[in-house]
Amino acid sequence: MISFDGVEVTYPNGYQALKGINLDIPKGQFVVIVGLSGAGKSTLIRTINNLVVPSKGEVRVGGRSITRARGAELRKMRASIGMIFQTYNLVKRTTVLRNVLSGRLGSANPVASLLGIFSKSDLLMAHACLQRVGIPEKAYVRADALSGGQQQRVGIARALAQQPQVMLADEPVASLDPPTANAVMGDLKRITREDGITTLVNLHFIDMARDYADRIIGMRAGEVVFDGTPAEATDQVFTEIYGRSIDKEKDLLRQAS
Amino acid sequence: MMGSPPTLPQPPLLPRLIGIGSWALFLALLLTSAHFTNFSLQTLAQGIPDFFAFFGKMWPLDWRALPEIWQPLLETLQIAYLGTLFGVLLAIPFVFWGSRNTTANPWVMWLVRGFLTLVRSVPDLLYAAICVGILSFGPLPGVVAIVIFTASVLAKLGSETVEAIDPGPLEALQAVGAGRLQQIVYGVVPQIAATMASYVLYIFEINVRASTVLGFVGAGGIGQLLRTYLSFFDYRGTAVLILIVFGVVLLIDAVSSYARSKLI
Repeated sequence: MISFDGVEVTYPNGYQALKGINLDIPKGQFVVIVGLSGAGKSTLIRTINNLVVPSKGEVRVGGRSITRARGAELRKMRASIGMIFQTYNLVKRTTVLRNVLSGRLGSANPVASLLGIFSKSDLLMAHACLQRVGIPEKAYVRADALSGGQQQRVGIARALAQQPQVMLADEPVASLDPPTANAVMGDLKRITREDGITTLVNLHFIDMARDYADRIIGMRAGEVVFDGTPAEATDQVFTEIYGRSIDKEKDLLRQAS
Repeated sequence: MMGSPPTLPQPPLLPRLIGIGSWALFLALLLTSAHFTNFSLQTLAQGIPDFFAFFGKMWPLDWRALPEIWQPLLETLQIAYLGTLFGVLLAIPFVFWGSRNTTANPWVMWLVRGFLTLVRSVPDLLYAAICVGILSFGPLPGVVAIVIFTASVLAKLGSETVEAIDPGPLEALQAVGAGRLQQIVYGVVPQIAATMASYVLYIFEINVRASTVLGFVGAGGIGQLLRTYLSFFDYRGTAVLILIVFGVVLLIDAVSSYARSKLI
């Protein structure tokens, strides 16, 4: 479904965020990417919808190169790739429903959408998406009136409204408390599984990666340093990914408290 | 106590010189400006009795002026209203062209910004005078002058507001496959609407005040009547006119300020 072919990203300031990534992700897989901040997880995920343009190599989604896609073709490909963010990236001063409807912008009639007019099927779908993430009653509430967990559910609903083939999630639960984080991750996994959506999630938490992933990819300094099943991702492996012992971190925490 | 007295560390020389130089420049400008404008406190003090005498001439108020005030006063407000409205419409594309995060490309942005700075460097009364020259006397050149002023100021304030928005929603809309106009309508407009509405009300207040003097250069409104009264030394009528303008401007400012306080 998604393939990376020698993908490199060098930012204008000379920082090399990705160094020759080669990956193949089959349809329907739920992949969790782990690694330290700055390891290149966010950059990797953003090359899949071309928010970050690789300086070398290319990314193909559904067999077509999104790296080389431009203009209307790029927008059309993006429309089939949902994305959710750590900071939710909702438009706060507008209603939940309008945020969810904005997920339809890639495929809605452009002129009508600029006037705020959506087809009845788009409206029905937006309400259905809110139903699926468990907050149908919030449709006409302003987005900034919701809790963090609810806002991220709106983010998921917006991505679902795209009827995506692929779902990207950049640290989707990093700003949430642990129980809420688990609930949101659970919803994300359930829904993407039901729809057969190929999903890539960046995560900080190791336990959560093991709980939800079909496959774990470990990144360090712009390279893939681990690629395997959750069972294969032992503590030893995580130590290598993070470049230091997790037990030592725990010891340090214990000493500090 | 023994030894040499402690030496005080010397502050660096350059900042001290700059300080002394600034004061010298300030004084030189004050003295030359006062000299060439014949400014003197003495003349000012001698004028105080004339000042009261002038107000004396305004008394008793000549309320016969009242009926002929309403029509040009209404025209003044109409000039301000139309000028603000069309100015806002004209400003909209420049707001987005002139913002780093919504412009089509950096060249357009710098071109638009330069052009707006150029437009703003001319005072609105001068625009009114020029427009009177082109369009002849009447309210139309007044409206055009207000349009130019409103558009140039709002475009500047607007693009600063646009550049200060949260970029997150824009990224999300880009990821969704939204086009540039869709990104603006769905990602930018909701974030700037309240601030922009507040700016528009404030500029309208300024425009009402500006419109009252447009008539001095022949661009319609109450200013024309005011100039007529003054040229006929009709101070009792002038006083009524000024009182009415004062009241109306104050009322509009109060309503507008209240509305603005509710917006943000």
